[in-house]
Amino acid sequence: MLADKDRIFTNIYGFHDTSLAGARKRGLWDDTKRLIDKGHDWIINEVKASGLRGRGGAGFPTGLKWSFMPKNDPRPSYLVVNGDESEPGSCKDREILRHDPHHLVEGCLLASFAMRAHTCFVYIRGEFIREREALERAVKEAYDARLIGKNNIHGWDFDLVVHHGAGAYICGEETALLESLEGKKGQPRLKPPFPANTGLYGSPTTVNNVESIAVVPTILRRGSAWFSGIGRPNNTGTKLFQISGHVNKPCVVEEAMSIPLRELLEKHAGGVRGGWDNLLAVIPGGSSMPCIAAGDCQELLMDFDSMSALKSGLGTAAVIVMDKSTDIIKAFARIAYFYKHESCGQCTPCREGVAWIWRLMERMSKGEAEKSEIDLLFNVTKQVEGHTICAFGEGAVWPIQGFLRNFRTVIEERIDHRIAAEAREAAE
Amino acid sequence: MAVRRLHPDQPATFAFTAENLAWAENRIAQYPPGKQASAVIPLLWKAQEQEGWTTEPAIRAVADMLGMAYIRVYEIATFYTMFQLSPVGRKAHFQVCGTTPCMLRGSEGLMDVCRARVHHDPHHLSADGDFSWEEVECIGACANAPVVQIGKDVWEDLTPEGFGKVIDAFADGKPPTPGSQTGRTASSPAGGATTLTDPALYDGAKAGGWQRQFAEREAAAAEAAAKAAAAPPKA
Repeated sequence: MLADKDRIFTNIYGFHDTSLAGARKRGLWDDTKRLIDKGHDWIINEVKASGLRGRGGAGFPTGLKWSFMPKNDPRPSYLVVNGDESEPGSCKDREILRHDPHHLVEGCLLASFAMRAHTCFVYIRGEFIREREALERAVKEAYDARLIGKNNIHGWDFDLVVHHGAGAYICGEETALLESLEGKKGQPRLKPPFPANTGLYGSPTTVNNVESIAVVPTILRRGSAWFSGIGRPNNTGTKLFQISGHVNKPCVVEEAMSIPLRELLEKHAGGVRGGWDNLLAVIPGGSSMPCIAAGDCQELLMDFDSMSALKSGLGTAAVIVMDKSTDIIKAFARIAYFYKHESCGQCTPCREGVAWIWRLMERMSKGEAEKSEIDLLFNVTKQVEGHTICAFGEGAVWPIQGFLRNFRTVIEERIDHRIAAEAREAAE
Repeated sequence: MAVRRLHPDQPATFAFTAENLAWAENRIAQYPPGKQASAVIPLLWKAQEQEGWTTEPAIRAVADMLGMAYIRVYEIATFYTMFQLSPVGRKAHFQVCGTTPCMLRGSEGLMDVCRARVHHDPHHLSADGDFSWEEVECIGACANAPVVQIGKDVWEDLTPEGFGKVIDAFADGKPPTPGSQTGRTASSPAGGATTLTDPALYDGAKAGGWQRQFAEREAAAAEAAAKAAAAPPKA
């Protein structure tokens, strides 16, 4: 178990003072100038060496992403922070924003400096109104203390603008987020060009998740070796895990990457409701990650590599726990409905396919399907996957594919049950 | 996708209050020159806060302020689902999260409460006009499921009975304290946090504590660089 002294987010529950004074007492904004004075490339190299992988779901190495930014470009560079946390199961950025916002504000300065950006936009989902207010307070404190702004004490002119959406999951996709920030519908762009080349307002832009940026100040102070020494190689550092569903004590908690699932649930979340043997399945990383059946959960490590070995993914490390009382078909039909509702409508395979999948899942949950439709469902998911502009298509069909891999027999049984009931009725 | 249309009955006009107009102008100034369209969501949102819902005259007014075609702002208002395109309850509009993590912990029971006490269907006013409700997609408070957002705040860890009391309180004009309704703090585990109990994190010693080790690492790096420079070039 991670020791308290190695936790980055020391006020994640808001037990302590969230203001600048409180954040300073916990070690933030402490001689930030010394870090800035080490130079742009030193920061990027430290983040690279730390092994930090993006915390927004895809797990792309953060330092490498930063190094894609052009160095001598006449256009302004931008850092855009993705706080459009909307993936079912995910609720970690909310806690950073409302309880530990100075981690993010300081991280924005350091990351922007590393990428030679003088302006950063933080895009927060519209529903997070109190969270946005909390961040705005922190930003104002930082301006007032001349930690950021023009002619600040760090010698790097830096403006931070807090922006917000108005209810659209797709805006968590980085190019949809940029479209939204430019005042348009949040519909993803074709890539290439990638944002590092042509991003916000046609300028070089890096988009990072809130947590990815918020861990940077601590990594730089304590050193890349400290961060990379936690977890397993290629899966380093600490991570905010979010545990929801059928556990006794749902919670958000910062733990070491690669912690065993069972330890995570039993140490912090009071264990699976009804005991470990009552576990049916977990969704390990937010709703778009394929579920993992209980049989594979015993030794499961919570990191990128062990999840991909099981054809799933760590995603945002949002663990949705389902015990044996769960109507698993209904649970996934609801996920299908979510994607049907949130598809931006730009690509036909997604717009039509995901709605079709939802309608079939609703029928399956009542047993009102034919067994031949199970293979048809899988086939349709394959026609959506890889045929859309953005990864929403994959995010929408992977959970269905994982569900079919693990719970096909449940669908068959329900169909059998319905057929038997109809036969009984006909005989009566 | 969700099909969303403007309400058939629209007010004749819209104008920002003086205070909101000043706020809007300040908001527009935060974006680079010529990029004022970036302010469209914040301005529409402010208009909705002022009017209670998003009206067609407000859409036109925001478009005029930002130099945008009406159809572009109409697109925004219909694309983003937080823009309420029909009037909502005077006292409260209940946004019940129905997504799987909340469903697993009983959100269907909360929607039954809405059906019984507000209206059978979402996006309809209750008989007295005080309330309305809708099912929303993930609110992002899954470790506190099930949750209901009302205005700016979220009521968490709800049961149908507890939600009923929340509705009663809104009916009386005395909204209860938002957040967890079971007494825990934010998303810490019920019964007390399992982490962050070390008092040394909060005594102020953390500030400055990193400097010595940082200097040691710097010195080690400098030494390694000097050694590399002094080493004879490889043949």
